Amino acid sequence: MTAAPQAREGVGQGSERGTLALNGVTRRFGEFTAVDNVSVEVAPGELLALVGASGSGKTTTLRVAAGYEIPDSGTVTLGGKDITRVAPERRGFGMVFQHYALFPHMPVEQNVAFGLEARGVNKVDRLIKARAALASVGLEGAGDRAIQSLSGGEQQRVALARALVIEPQALLLDEPLSNLDPTLRQAMRDDLRAMLRRVGVPALFVTHDQEDAFAIADRIALLKRGKLLQSGTPEELYHAPISREVAAFIGRGSIIPAEDKGATAVVTIGGMKRDLNVTRPKGSASHFDNAFVVMRPDALELSRQPGVLAWRGRVVNRRFAGGVVVYRVELADGVIVDVESIAADAHEDDNVSISPLKGPFPLVPG
Amino acid sequence: MTSQQRQNWLIAVPVIALLLWSVIYPNAAVIAGSFENGLGHWREFLASPADREALRTSIVISVASVFASLAIGVPLAFLLGRFEFPGRRLLRAVATLPAALPPLVGVIAFLFLYGESGVVTRAIQRTFGMAEAPWRLQGVGAIVFVHAYTMYVYVFLFVSAGLERFDATLDEAASGLGANTWQRLRRVTLPLLMPAIAASMLLVFMNALGSFSAPYVFGGGLRVLSTQILASKTNGAMGLAYVETTVLALSAVAGLGLFRWLDRKRKYTLASKGGRARRTIRSRRIQRLTSIFAAIIVVALVLPHLMVVLVSFARDGSWTTQVLPPEYTLENYRRLFSESELWRPIYNSVSMALIATAANLVVCFVAAYLIVFRQFAGRGLLELLVALPWAIPATAIALGLAATFNRNDLATGRILLVGTFWILPLAYFIRDTPLVASAVESSLRQMDASLEDAARGLGASWLMTMRRVILPAARPGLVAGGLLAAVTAVGEFVASVVLYTHSNRPISMEILAQLRALAFGTAAAYSVLLILLVLLMTLAARSFEERLA
Repeated sequence: MTAAPQAREGVGQGSERGTLALNGVTRRFGEFTAVDNVSVEVAPGELLALVGASGSGKTTTLRVAAGYEIPDSGTVTLGGKDITRVAPERRGFGMVFQHYALFPHMPVEQNVAFGLEARGVNKVDRLIKARAALASVGLEGAGDRAIQSLSGGEQQRVALARALVIEPQALLLDEPLSNLDPTLRQAMRDDLRAMLRRVGVPALFVTHDQEDAFAIADRIALLKRGKLLQSGTPEELYHAPISREVAAFIGRGSIIPAEDKGATAVVTIGGMKRDLNVTRPKGSASHFDNAFVVMRPDALELSRQPGVLAWRGRVVNRRFAGGVVVYRVELADGVIVDVESIAADAHEDDNVSISPLKGPFPLVPG
Repeated sequence: MTSQQRQNWLIAVPVIALLLWSVIYPNAAVIAGSFENGLGHWREFLASPADREALRTSIVISVASVFASLAIGVPLAFLLGRFEFPGRRLLRAVATLPAALPPLVGVIAFLFLYGESGVVTRAIQRTFGMAEAPWRLQGVGAIVFVHAYTMYVYVFLFVSAGLERFDATLDEAASGLGANTWQRLRRVTLPLLMPAIAASMLLVFMNALGSFSAPYVFGGGLRVLSTQILASKTNGAMGLAYVETTVLALSAVAGLGLFRWLDRKRKYTLASKGGRARRTIRSRRIQRLTSIFAAIIVVALVLPHLMVVLVSFARDGSWTTQVLPPEYTLENYRRLFSESELWRPIYNSVSMALIATAANLVVCFVAAYLIVFRQFAGRGLLELLVALPWAIPATAIALGLAATFNRNDLATGRILLVGTFWILPLAYFIRDTPLVASAVESSLRQMDASLEDAARGLGASWLMTMRRVILPAARPGLVAGGLLAAVTAVGEFVASVVLYTHSNRPISMEILAQLRALAFGTAAAYSVLLILLVLLMTLAARSFEERLA
């Protein structure tokens, strides 16, 4: 863990750390609007995840932040300074590309030292710094290796070291974990978060995987079709989604029509009404004509006994998930819910009853 | 020996024997011939100032052609690959046009345009009221000029393909790390394109070294190895011709080795999901300048073709001191098809090209099949045999044939072919073998090797497997390779000039004969016909491929 502190001491181009902000950014490609009036802010030391399905505009947003795309409208600022039209090579940002974009004709060390070479740092200094950066990502002594000889995880670390060694003003990462196999991915999540924290600059990363976002990010910005749906902490997005779309994308669960009663909502399934505690999105209307409650698997209870106030249903799928079993249960009116239970004795085609726990359940407009 | 191995040998032996006999034997005979009186011929070669000059000039021309081609091909590939400007599509469409000119035709076109009595030369002379032509299209400069025009296409195509495969994110990564345009070009783009550039340099070098038509027509008093060989042979100094041929072949092999060595460190391949989008030039002024520049190049590239077409309608003997030919007629074309002596070369070229191509298709298919799918002791040898003619200049191949197949002697495997119709198809066959074999090989390599086993496992006979599985997989390579072979053979000049006789003279030799007789119109009409034949074969191959695909 030497590169980052060293980077801080040897600061070259302005040491004051500023917030990276995109203000009302729009980017069109012909008729297609890839990014539509998106505003996000990342404070120094903060990790913001841009999350969305493919085609949601998250990568274009990142490229606008990096300077590879110039927005049609809106601005990019760093520490309050407008950098919208500053070329990528003058931004001093560290970027990690999805496929890492390591130069195949240079060994590891030259790849890492490339940004310093571009800045005219002399050979001795840049080798020292490159080695320190490699050590900080756990790749001591790998400097002479060919890029082709590295595993996916090692390539990812080299790409990160290359981005860190230039003492970046901000870090941008495009799907940094998507090319890793699942086991490595779990381990790299923790490492990545620790390393990004240490650098202490705004860090913006793109992912389609909400689990990555949950594990790494301080805040999440959820994009769909180029529009920002919601941004907030992972907890906020999970427990207080502001729309049906957000609730559907973040976390598992069923979205079921309900009748809005203010602090509660009534859900009717197969004629059986239940009045549920709900949380309403911050600053939303006091009444939704078209309301839905979000039922997460951990907010429901499964029982093999028929309960008086429970919904009756049939187990259509049973999945063992370690400490709990996840049952998929078909209720009346074709409603399907997932329920997490420590009880393992229900089986497919068994009749069960499902009752809501005490909540509160997120209530979203339709 | 398993039955599989027996079968391998049964197919491989005739192919290997044929190639040993037609490729190795003649060249070995040339080398042996150079030592027929000990080191005598070699001393003669070393003592001859003309030969030393020829060797030096050959190498100077080849190296200069490489750099001239780079100077045109690389910037053009970048311009067309990276920038968007008005006229880009037109320039892209004509950029490869010079490659469509058979070698001798390109030379003639340059003669009509830039020769002492060429159109451009005379126009400049008249405009500025000069007493003499402003330049003479002669010597090293003229040869390199023509080479650059016809051979830059290799550089352009290779670098364009490299740019297309170039991973745009590498460039972006470099700029994100703070590298400016020049630093990116020097440290990232050019090093990554180096394999493509080196491969194209090698191609140009080999072509320039073996080139015959430009030195033959523009050489003036200049000697190069390929023309020296023909001169020695014509003078009956066969021993010296053998030495010169050996030296030429060795130069080619040395060039091949040098470029392989230069490219030795590469361990990576350019593989990406596509290059970056072309950038529109923003500055109006630069955009206009680019378009003007593009227009000039388009004219320069198309002019030789137009010139040949124009002259093909000129009445023979009418074009003397005028800038443009004064009288136009359809007579030249009418005579080609009505006079049997003029029709003869067309018939010869087409039939000899078809025979050579048919043989190429059969032999190269079998060879490629063995190389790709079968494991046997002779595989390495077979690979070498099909690739070897590529490294040997055509003049050397031709002289080898002339030295070997000049009498009937079954004990030493010689049959009399020199002076017969068959010597030229054999020469064409040898020249085009590497081309066709590598095309078929690359088609077959794309096929999953287990398909053959799967077909056999399903009960298909060997023949049915061939017909239903292997041949369809090889087809794109057979069509592309066959087309290339036919196109090269129908306009072939370099080997023909060494081996032709009056009765089997191909179109290229007849063009030369007509030029010598100052029948420019007829020579140009043959040239146009040759271009049309190439076009026709290309269209035929394409429609055949489309119909089957």
